[in-house]
Amino acid sequence: MKAQKKFVIGSGIIVATLVALAYVGYTQSKTYYHTISELPTLTGATLHQRMRVSGNVKAGSITHPDGRIDFVLEEEGKTLPVKYVGNDPLPDTFKDGAQALVEGHVTTDGFVAEQVQAKCASKYEASPLGTPGAPSQPASQPGQSMNQSAPSPSADSSRGKS
Amino acid sequence: MDIFGSFALLLAFLFAVYALVAGIVGILTRRALVTKSALNAGMAVCGLVALTVATLEYFFFTDDFSLAYVAAHSNRALPLYYKFSALWAGQEGSLLWWSFLLSIYVFFALFLNRKKHPELMPYVGAILAGVQVFFLTLNNFVANPFHVFAAANSAGAMNVARLSDGSGLNPLLQYPEMVIHPPMLYLGYTGFTIPFAFALAALLGRYPGEKWIHITRRWTMVAWCFQGIGVLLGAHWAYAVLGWGGYWAWDPVENAALLPWITGTAFLHSVMMQEKRGMMKVWNVWLVFVTFMLCILGTSLTRSGIVSSVHAFAESSIGGWFFGFLGIIFIVCLAAWWKNRDYLRSDNQLDSLVSRESSFLFNNLILLAACFAVLWGTLFPVLSEWVTGNKISVGPPFFNKVNVPIALFLIFLTGVGPLLAWRKTSVDALRRNFAWPLVGGLIAGVVAFAFGFRLFYPLVCLILSVFVTLTIVSEFYRGARVIASRDGSSILSAVGELTMRNTRRYGGYIVHFGMVLIFIGIAGSAFNQDIQREMAIGQTITVGPYTILCQNFDQVANDNYQSDRATLEVFRNGHSEMMLYPERRFFLASQVTETVVANESTPIRDLYVVYAGRSPETNKPVIHAYLNPLVKWIWFGGVVVVLGTGLAMFPDRRAALVLRPVAQKSWGDAIAQATTGSRAPSPIPNAPIRRSTPHND
Repeated sequence: MKAQKKFVIGSGIIVATLVALAYVGYTQSKTYYHTISELPTLTGATLHQRMRVSGNVKAGSITHPDGRIDFVLEEEGKTLPVKYVGNDPLPDTFKDGAQALVEGHVTTDGFVAEQVQAKCASKYEASPLGTPGAPSQPASQPGQSMNQSAPSPSADSSRGKS
Repeated sequence: MDIFGSFALLLAFLFAVYALVAGIVGILTRRALVTKSALNAGMAVCGLVALTVATLEYFFFTDDFSLAYVAAHSNRALPLYYKFSALWAGQEGSLLWWSFLLSIYVFFALFLNRKKHPELMPYVGAILAGVQVFFLTLNNFVANPFHVFAAANSAGAMNVARLSDGSGLNPLLQYPEMVIHPPMLYLGYTGFTIPFAFALAALLGRYPGEKWIHITRRWTMVAWCFQGIGVLLGAHWAYAVLGWGGYWAWDPVENAALLPWITGTAFLHSVMMQEKRGMMKVWNVWLVFVTFMLCILGTSLTRSGIVSSVHAFAESSIGGWFFGFLGIIFIVCLAAWWKNRDYLRSDNQLDSLVSRESSFLFNNLILLAACFAVLWGTLFPVLSEWVTGNKISVGPPFFNKVNVPIALFLIFLTGVGPLLAWRKTSVDALRRNFAWPLVGGLIAGVVAFAFGFRLFYPLVCLILSVFVTLTIVSEFYRGARVIASRDGSSILSAVGELTMRNTRRYGGYIVHFGMVLIFIGIAGSAFNQDIQREMAIGQTITVGPYTILCQNFDQVANDNYQSDRATLEVFRNGHSEMMLYPERRFFLASQVTETVVANESTPIRDLYVVYAGRSPETNKPVIHAYLNPLVKWIWFGGVVVVLGTGLAMFPDRRAALVLRPVAQKSWGDAIAQATTGSRAPSPIPNAPIRRSTPHND
């Protein structure tokens, strides 16, 4: 009986420690998901949280001003200009029309992303009769893009070219 | 041909349904013939699914792009072995592959046990058939790989159309490990079905005795081993192919594969409590159930796309089917347990905190805590959206914060647990068993600290690793010394003799040692360094002791891809050490670029160099160099774990002797030796069997 009581106490200590650690880890790494259309509705503290936003890379929007990479994400007609400030080269799959997930903060002049993940839109599960490698691209709309350097049509991502 | 494949697949489904229905009828009516025919039908499913798989492979090998699935995952220029592995590159094929591996397991489980356990097998057969019916339903009616292209001709009639070439295999999957990683992982996932079926069957049939637990344990070890291999191969693939310098990212799909492995580990330990002391019966049954459910949950997470992941290649609406199946399993398990809960009453209680039982309890507690934390973190985006409406994800810091201390505590238990006595351990025994290993570990810690090794967790990991290794070595040494002094044999042959007498115990030690190696390798990641810079010919970068000189950039091309390649010379202390050739390949069929990492791997460190692309402004190549210490220990530790598991599954000589009735002893010995000899073509001599060893557990 005593042994069982000791075991229960020991377990309690272990579990409490782990819960505390989990909470610390949670506060350090929690990231909110928001859609582009949700962003204008955020206020106060929620606007400055670390967050992830997903969308499609607008065709022709990728530009390279002074060492940065800028592009525009769009989703359901809404657009979001993004400045990528991370150190890693962008993934191969990042190109016009790709689905991208950006992680970072909202600032006064758009979204500053530290990480960008991209997946080529439905490449492997695409209708095999379609052209491989050509993601279905909704017609780009001149939506409510806030401010954006003129997209140069030739400025395709240089990555991925041989 | 596609009709042949579809037909075999449909027939497999019908056989599985028959095996299920006839199995239940056989149980209810207690008619032996019905049961026998149900079990035979269950075994026949294997042959039919094999025919289906062979048909689909035939389409791949003959470049027959009339099947949508083949056209989507292969092309003419694809090397032959990738045409083979392209079978499981997408949703439909991987589910078929799953059914195939499951049917192989079912075949062997039924075939090997068909004459034994006449009261258990009807239930086992019906449960296995139930699981097969589910997967074959998906194969036939939800994700059928035999869809053909059809096009209307001029008269308006639909004809089968054949594409001239396919869109190619995902280049990420064009890597040798991708030929074996999915089969291994699936052998793990599907393998857990067998222990689940035996455990549920024993509970439903109120099978007397503990015999079922031995069967369950053995099959769990098989599945557990494959699952572990699969997870490690996946990690190695991510490391070698994805080019981000790491092997584990707490990605939902990685987590999903890890979860059943963790609960399987917990079961393999706590099952000993039931065997030796008749405790933890409810717990064990539920561990087996939960392990199986986590396999299904993991699959549904991967395939439903409800958590985003790099593995989302197979995303579709199929998740709902899995969740439905999961619900059914849970209800069946709950009902079976509730109805038969008196069958699982514990024989004993915990006697002391310093005992083998207690170490197993702590082991299970923290393994389950790890499992829960990983599951929670994986599902957090979904849960938080349900509860608060905000989708929140947690990243690696969350998983690492919880799991690093758990891993260290596990290493500690690995050293301590096996040497504690059942029921209660005396202070004297503690001193005898642990004094030297503990001193050794502390000395290693002090020396490392003196040499400037100051990070807390790696230091603790080092101390514990040395401690555990010394306890394992001392266990082998003390056992072997007794045998050696009695036989006059050398200590090495005595170690072999000792191991073969109790393969489970000593195989287990080897598994533990392998895990220690893996943990050392993981701890090495605390010292990772990396540097990334754009480089022109003649420029250098320095990482750790290495200086990397860029000699040349060139391009190579073949039918399958075009490649940008860097030629780098690596210097250390002014001496040229090696050449590295990181590449970027552009695959023609799929129009995708992939990284080919140049990795110079040694036991001390990996020099891992990536051609990261070209700088946007200057168009110069960007080289990213990582220095990752001790990574090789992880892969080597994995090999040790597999070898140890294989050893632990050997029948040991002593057990073969004890199980035989006394009157038939000489006859039994002959059989035991014959089976050991035939199953174990190992150089260990068939020495005469002694009555006891100094280390019975």
